[in-house]
Amino acid sequence: MSSRFVNPAISAVPPSAIRRFFDIAGTMKDAISLGVGEPDFVTPFPVRNTAIDSLLDGETSYTTNAGIQLRQEISWYLKNRSQLEYAPEDEVLVTVGASEAIDIALRALVRPGDEVLIPEPCYISYQACTLFASGVPVSVPTRAENDFELLAEDLKKRITKKSRVLVLSYPSNPTGAVMPLERLKAVAELAIKHDLFVICDEIYAELCYEGFTQHSIASLPGMRERTMVVSGFSKAFAMTGFRLGYLCAPRAIVAACARIHQYTIMCASRQSQVASYNALKQGRESNYADVSRMRESYDRRRRLMVQSFRDMGLSCFEPRGAFYTFPSIRHTGLSSEQFCERLLNEQHVVTVPGNAFGPSGEGHIRCCYATATEKLVEAFARIALFLESL
Amino acid sequence: MNGRQRQVLDLLNEDCRIPLERMAVMLDMDIQEVADTIDKLEKDHVILCYRPVVNWDRTERNVVEAMIEVKVTPQRDFGFDAVARRINSFEEVRSLYLMSGTYDLLIQVTAPTLKELAQFISERLSPLETVTGTSTSFVLKRYKQDGVVFDLPEGDRRLSISP
Repeated sequence: MSSRFVNPAISAVPPSAIRRFFDIAGTMKDAISLGVGEPDFVTPFPVRNTAIDSLLDGETSYTTNAGIQLRQEISWYLKNRSQLEYAPEDEVLVTVGASEAIDIALRALVRPGDEVLIPEPCYISYQACTLFASGVPVSVPTRAENDFELLAEDLKKRITKKSRVLVLSYPSNPTGAVMPLERLKAVAELAIKHDLFVICDEIYAELCYEGFTQHSIASLPGMRERTMVVSGFSKAFAMTGFRLGYLCAPRAIVAACARIHQYTIMCASRQSQVASYNALKQGRESNYADVSRMRESYDRRRRLMVQSFRDMGLSCFEPRGAFYTFPSIRHTGLSSEQFCERLLNEQHVVTVPGNAFGPSGEGHIRCCYATATEKLVEAFARIALFLESL
Repeated sequence: MNGRQRQVLDLLNEDCRIPLERMAVMLDMDIQEVADTIDKLEKDHVILCYRPVVNWDRTERNVVEAMIEVKVTPQRDFGFDAVARRINSFEEVRSLYLMSGTYDLLIQVTAPTLKELAQFISERLSPLETVTGTSTSFVLKRYKQDGVVFDLPEGDRRLSISP
């Protein structure tokens, strides 16, 4: 009966579709999970040790709202890795993961009824956070035949007078797609023409393969003033549990986000901030050796997973970023959810149904290759058995 | 060593029984290219042999293992190499390292029984002319060897499914 107290607007947002699979997998001791969304590396020891030292030194107080000197390192990092210039004092805000950055960005930008353009399949938070911000999510489908890249013509069809924000996230979770420069330019032109603000989630930007570099849309002419770059340490630096992210944007936008941040979060964990500071500092000194080592390891497993799926007859788009593949299971005649549920129940392999990431993910499953090779090989054998049984 | 060789070594270091076909896929190389790379690494004595990491505690076989710190007098013209060659020749010696610090050589020794290990030290190692002192520590339990954790299975701490 207490449910009557819950804001109907919140109740109307459906729970994540992956929750059910989590509960089933929890009952299986021998389940192999390709359903994770995080690295299989432990945070490098020197970075962990910085957090320990900070605690031992008694650094247990709040930090300033915007964050510690980490902001200088973030500024330096973006300048050198992405050719983006943000003033550390008022154009960088340290957040609790990139997730908080997405949330406060949408709340800072979206007015009730404003439309937020969201290319999908996409990370599950964009739609929900838009609804929490009283906005209207507008899906822009991307398709396997276009390598899941966002086409300007698809975006254009969905732009209305109420369109205010575009959420762009490449390399993509769940598809692993990247966005080539030419297509990015076409999107940028539309954003400028229709006065859209772009929230650019670059959390996987370091994890690109086959020599691809993901350009930031913020670096294109006329885009800096209308773009927020969101990123964090979870993926490339293997620091998911630290919950540390950041957003960078023109001063007025950051000030608006900081207003929400100061009243709701106050500041990110000091230990996470000092650990992240050290991760960037060591990365700068070692030319990001740890990131390169992890990227190389993901790349090997990426090739193995794509080839293994193709060998079993699954059509698998070649991802050039993040650590996911997004094979099509359409030919089995099963829906994504049916496929994943049966695969889990019959062969104890966890995958994520593509429709959890939006309707255009239907007919696909998301498989993460950030798992030990021997487990991947065993998972492929089980999936092959499952396919044969259909 | 080139990048290809390093990548091949990385994979073999994880699992030296990995099939050539899988290596070729993971490294985007031809199978023949992988085989040739391994051949070259073997011929150049970069790869010396392939051996399993064995947890003898899970077998019937008894093994006593010790680490012996050895002080030696280096020989003119040969330094430590001559005595190292001599110690190498003992079949009980599993590993031998020249060390910095308070002693010169570190020897990892295994023998079927404590008695045989003691005999090795007293009758074969200590009598060597250049050996001036030894200090033996017995291995009580192995937690990790060559990057492999023994008897402490570390499950995946991650959630089985996350967005």
